[in-house]
Amino acid sequence: MHIQPILVALRRHKAGTVLIALQIALTLAIVCNALFIIHERVAHISEPSGVDEADLFVIANQWGAQYSTQETVERIQQDIATLRQLPSVQEASAANSYPMRGVGWDNFITMQPDQRAPTSDAAYFTGDENFLRTLGVKLIAGRDFRPEEVQNMGLRQNVATPVAIITKAMADKLFPKGEALGKTFYAMTSTPITVIGIVDVLHRGDVSTWSAPYAGESMVVPIRLAVPSGLFYIVRAKSGQLAAAMREAPKALYAENRMRIIDPKDGLLSFAQVRHRAFERDRGMAILMGIICVVLLAITAAGIVGLTSFWVGQRRRQIGVRRALGATHRDILNYFMTENLLISLGGLAIGVLLAFGLNLWLVTRFTLAMLPLTYVLGGVVILLLLGQGAVFAPALRASRVPPIEATRPA
Amino acid sequence: MLAYYLQLGLRSLRRNPMLTALMVMAIGFGVSASMITYSVFRAVSGNPIPDKSSRLFVPQIDSWGPGRNEKGDPPGALNYVDAMALTRAHQASRMTLIYQVGLSTLPRDADSVPIATEGYAVTADFFTMFDASFLYGSGWSTADDDSRAADIVLSDGFNQRMFGGANSVGRKITLSGHDYRVVGVTRHWDPSPRFYVAWMGAEFDNPPDYYLLLNRALDLQIDNDGRNSCRGAITYKNWGEFLQSNCVWLMPWVELDTSSDVARYRSFLESYSADQQRAGRFGWAPNVRLPDVMQWQEVQHSVPPESRISLIVAMSFFAICLVNTIGLLLAKFMRRAGEIGVRRALGATRHEIYAQYLVEAAAVGLAGGLLGLLLTAVGMSGVGLLFEPEIARLAHLDVSLIGLTLVAAVFATIAAAFYPAWRAAQVQPAWQLKSN
Repeated sequence: MHIQPILVALRRHKAGTVLIALQIALTLAIVCNALFIIHERVAHISEPSGVDEADLFVIANQWGAQYSTQETVERIQQDIATLRQLPSVQEASAANSYPMRGVGWDNFITMQPDQRAPTSDAAYFTGDENFLRTLGVKLIAGRDFRPEEVQNMGLRQNVATPVAIITKAMADKLFPKGEALGKTFYAMTSTPITVIGIVDVLHRGDVSTWSAPYAGESMVVPIRLAVPSGLFYIVRAKSGQLAAAMREAPKALYAENRMRIIDPKDGLLSFAQVRHRAFERDRGMAILMGIICVVLLAITAAGIVGLTSFWVGQRRRQIGVRRALGATHRDILNYFMTENLLISLGGLAIGVLLAFGLNLWLVTRFTLAMLPLTYVLGGVVILLLLGQGAVFAPALRASRVPPIEATRPA
Repeated sequence: MLAYYLQLGLRSLRRNPMLTALMVMAIGFGVSASMITYSVFRAVSGNPIPDKSSRLFVPQIDSWGPGRNEKGDPPGALNYVDAMALTRAHQASRMTLIYQVGLSTLPRDADSVPIATEGYAVTADFFTMFDASFLYGSGWSTADDDSRAADIVLSDGFNQRMFGGANSVGRKITLSGHDYRVVGVTRHWDPSPRFYVAWMGAEFDNPPDYYLLLNRALDLQIDNDGRNSCRGAITYKNWGEFLQSNCVWLMPWVELDTSSDVARYRSFLESYSADQQRAGRFGWAPNVRLPDVMQWQEVQHSVPPESRISLIVAMSFFAICLVNTIGLLLAKFMRRAGEIGVRRALGATRHEIYAQYLVEAAAVGLAGGLLGLLLTAVGMSGVGLLFEPEIARLAHLDVSLIGLTLVAAVFATIAAAFYPAWRAAQVQPAWQLKSN
């Protein structure tokens, strides 16, 4: 295929050529970045929680009466006992929050009591001796809390616990040189906290972007939250009995003590619902970007079909002449395919620059990550195939122009 | 003449139904994607209090110091000690403090279970500062603040739930075991975004049920149910010690009427901080800020980044659709070069050709706009799929959005047609007549 004649012909269709190239360039820029946004969001959505999601549910329990700290502690212990007695319930625990709740507590972590710049900002869970077992979190080193270690925490009563269980991610951040077990750190405390256990994965309570540098860094302290507002009961159903447990648990709690609030709207959530709610934004963003990508590619393809068809119509006579002079069907087909390839390559060259430019802007404005080269290459391949696919039908029509056209007036 | 052009245009559009459909669809999709994302963006980025947004300010004092503050900026809320000091100083024409409370109450029927309620503890000036309007009664006075009265203002929704919508002023309401006297019921009033609680990220949460008198709430040790942020080692063991801690949780607002008031208040904040430094409470130089409503929304990132990114991507998408339309219009117009030649030869001026093709493009734009409107309406019902419910419910299709959709579609298409129409007008009649 000689490229020279194609280029000469294109020079006579400057506007159309530039428009197709521009459209391909812009499409590449948007599609690459949209696909990358989709990838990032999906990666966020599929983050591991570290808990036994299939059998877990959470009750947000608020108190409907005014109890002293001691009374609250007794109520909590009674509630946990009630929940554990249910035939469909395996285990229950009282906590201040749970993974992927959407918001959560976090404490600055320092290695020294007087250190000003924190080493980490860890998610802070208060749980009783059943916390890890209920969640089904995997303890990979050390031990779980003992019942006698659990302290009660009333209104604005700060409790300094001497021990904590931390995640592997946090252990690696705090003690990069190895063994964290038995070492100490400070979590906005004036006394050191000793690491007594390390769990594999325990997702933070929040799913925000600010905490991305501290992803997976969670700590659990043996505290029972006996404040006036309320707390969360994390309940693990026996395998396959989640629905039954979710039905029975609130009923049993209300039967035992009516003066409580389990919000009908979001007071009772299965972990599947928790996960669904936590990543609503990410899912929406991924869906929107997906729709835009698909429609955009369709419109670009349709645009190429439209303009090429017009060119074919305009050049029927020239095609006829070429055919009369001995060009085969294949030559004509190749001509239009190559023409599109050249325009596409030109457009894509600009598009690659635009894609990185747009990404750079998104990076500075919206803390998006850098666009990996693979996405741009993928986008280039998609658009080349799209262009060739779109041009095929008009090119085929062009190749069927009979040589007799040469003799007809345009 | 315009009617004739329109007729010509419509006839020509009918001649290439595929090409026309392609253009109409490109514009329809482009404009609807932009409008759907814009409707959300408009809802989250608007000025919630246009009349006063430049007169309401957040006084920020650096009570944490270098290394502990927000990357050099003071925290976005005040601790109890500073909040009370600023209130007592009376340096602004009005000032309020806000924190969120969550309390339980029993609905009217006695054998029901308690329900959860949420509200804000505020001071007297809150209502006047933020232009609250009242259905019944009014807010309380500064004197009530000082006498720590058990006053409460209900929202219309909560008044409906608790008192069936009746005038409840003077009635008693029990929240978490304590009685309050209803002094007012607000008319439906909920600025969006709820800028005054932007610091705790509650701009789009459910509206509050009531507003409690702050001093009373503090007396009853009603805990802060919203954001709380502390630095250093936390050592408080009870409510009283918590109030003296460096934890920030009270959201302050001041009203300052003139720019000289603003300057004076800023220097007051500085001298207050300097006093604290001299007294040894702050070990650093004064570091204060005084942003107004719109600046505060910017600082607090009230607009979710998702909303901005989707608007940008949707508008780029629209731009690509327009590039597409330019190409298709060019193909369409130039295909009729012969026809143009005849018309020019018969005496039509270039301007007339130009006008004719712009009118034709406008017809395409209008059709695209109508399709876009349809798609926007359909898309609006699906907004819940793309944004979280609190934000999705703010987006709606109103008259202004309908108008904007049509206007955007028509004007964008006409703009896209400038070049193709110009090319059409440049057609040399002699050339075309000869080749025919």
